[in-house]
Amino acid sequence: MSSKDSVSGTIKVALMLCVVCSIFISSAAVLLKPIQVTNRALDKNTNILIAAGMYDPTSNASADVPELFSQFKQRIVDLDAGTFLSDQELADLGIDIETYDQRAAINSTSLSDAIDGSDDIASLKRRVRYATVYLVEDNNGVLETMVLPVSGYGLWGTMYGYLALEGDGNTVKGIGFYEHKETPGLGGEITNPRWTSLWPGKEVYDADGDVSLSVVKGGGQGAHQIDGLSGASLTSRGVDQLIEFWMGPMGFGPLIDNLTKS
Amino acid sequence: MSSDTKSVLLKPILENNPIGLQILGVCSALAVTTSLKVAVVMCVALTVVTAFSNFFISLVRNYMPSSIRIIVQMTIIASLVIAVDQLLQAFAYGISKQLSVFVGLIITNCIVMGRAEAFAMKNPPVISFMDGIGNGLGYSIVLLAVGTIRELFGSGSLFGIEILPLVSNGGWYQGNGLMLLAPSAFFIIGFLIWILRSRKPDQVEQNEFRMAAHTLEEVAH
Repeated sequence: MSSKDSVSGTIKVALMLCVVCSIFISSAAVLLKPIQVTNRALDKNTNILIAAGMYDPTSNASADVPELFSQFKQRIVDLDAGTFLSDQELADLGIDIETYDQRAAINSTSLSDAIDGSDDIASLKRRVRYATVYLVEDNNGVLETMVLPVSGYGLWGTMYGYLALEGDGNTVKGIGFYEHKETPGLGGEITNPRWTSLWPGKEVYDADGDVSLSVVKGGGQGAHQIDGLSGASLTSRGVDQLIEFWMGPMGFGPLIDNLTKS
Repeated sequence: MSSDTKSVLLKPILENNPIGLQILGVCSALAVTTSLKVAVVMCVALTVVTAFSNFFISLVRNYMPSSIRIIVQMTIIASLVIAVDQLLQAFAYGISKQLSVFVGLIITNCIVMGRAEAFAMKNPPVISFMDGIGNGLGYSIVLLAVGTIRELFGSGSLFGIEILPLVSNGGWYQGNGLMLLAPSAFFIIGFLIWILRSRKPDQVEQNEFRMAAHTLEEVAH
């Protein structure tokens, strides 16, 4: 038996291989990390701007994003109470506004709760207690735009996006999905600007204050209806349920109540 | 270029195509061919990984204990794939989001492993590197053909540029929804293999068995 096939030879080769490969991978990961983190933040901020109708991918360059995004004020909302957390509360909870990751918080028992079956309209199973929202105020401190993170189950997986409302907390300013697993060309059309352009100007609540904005088949009439996507009934239903959930009492309903009353 | 290098580089494109003849790596060909842009990035990623994994595996082939041969190959391939994934996330974030899990799945792509085991273990590094490039090109040509057909007839565009204006965008072309679903790639690859084998009948495999006629008992049931 040659030495490379002996037990000690085998272990030696295995160890050397592991060391060389791990050094290779770790250096790649460490060297590229800063660029990747910037990319991710840029991508997220771009999506928020697109939802708010403040960024047009065809005319704006990605270099404009930091400047445009600086108009936003980030706040963390206590969803049940419908209030913004103060700095003191944030410190108590150990949340940092800049780094708080709502999608990671969904896996933490102290930051999220399971939802009962009948309340779980958007099939999310769990809901975070605190959500990051993005606000634009004019020079007098009057709320102009709020961008709210929304998510819900479509046909193949969870769709993540942002819904932008005017300062009245009722009129839709825009919607944008940044992550979904819907069928390209059918449900995937939720990202098509031709469809998202149906949203601005629609109204979320009816005269009684109930969520009335819905995605319907072959409709799209009036202030509360959006024409569904053809060939994508289940995706359209998913978007419909996601709006109903996040604009209702389990979602941003309490916050919008508080903001519009004051 | 010596004739050896040339044949190693060019043969896998038509005569010994990894997808067409060896029917390897078909799964990723279904998944990433709905748009040409994504398919191109996938082709480059796979070609780079196959070439470098062949090179490194060939470099250490004489020191590899035969009992852990496959594991050593997998480790080298996996390291390269992770590096490629990291590079994509850093320099082509949008596309890496669309490719998502499929870059990671290059690790299990049979072409990479197949070339490592069949070629790199027996040949010196430089020619192995060329073999990796050649097989990557063979994979790419099929992927690009499938991607062109699917994107053109499914979404009416190529590289995201509109060629056939879609009805939904105010044009005249009704996109073929089947083209955007994975099964269409099966049909297209099937047709490509059919064309290839009609032109080069020596690629047709011998029957491994002959179908027996039904027995009377079976017919009765």
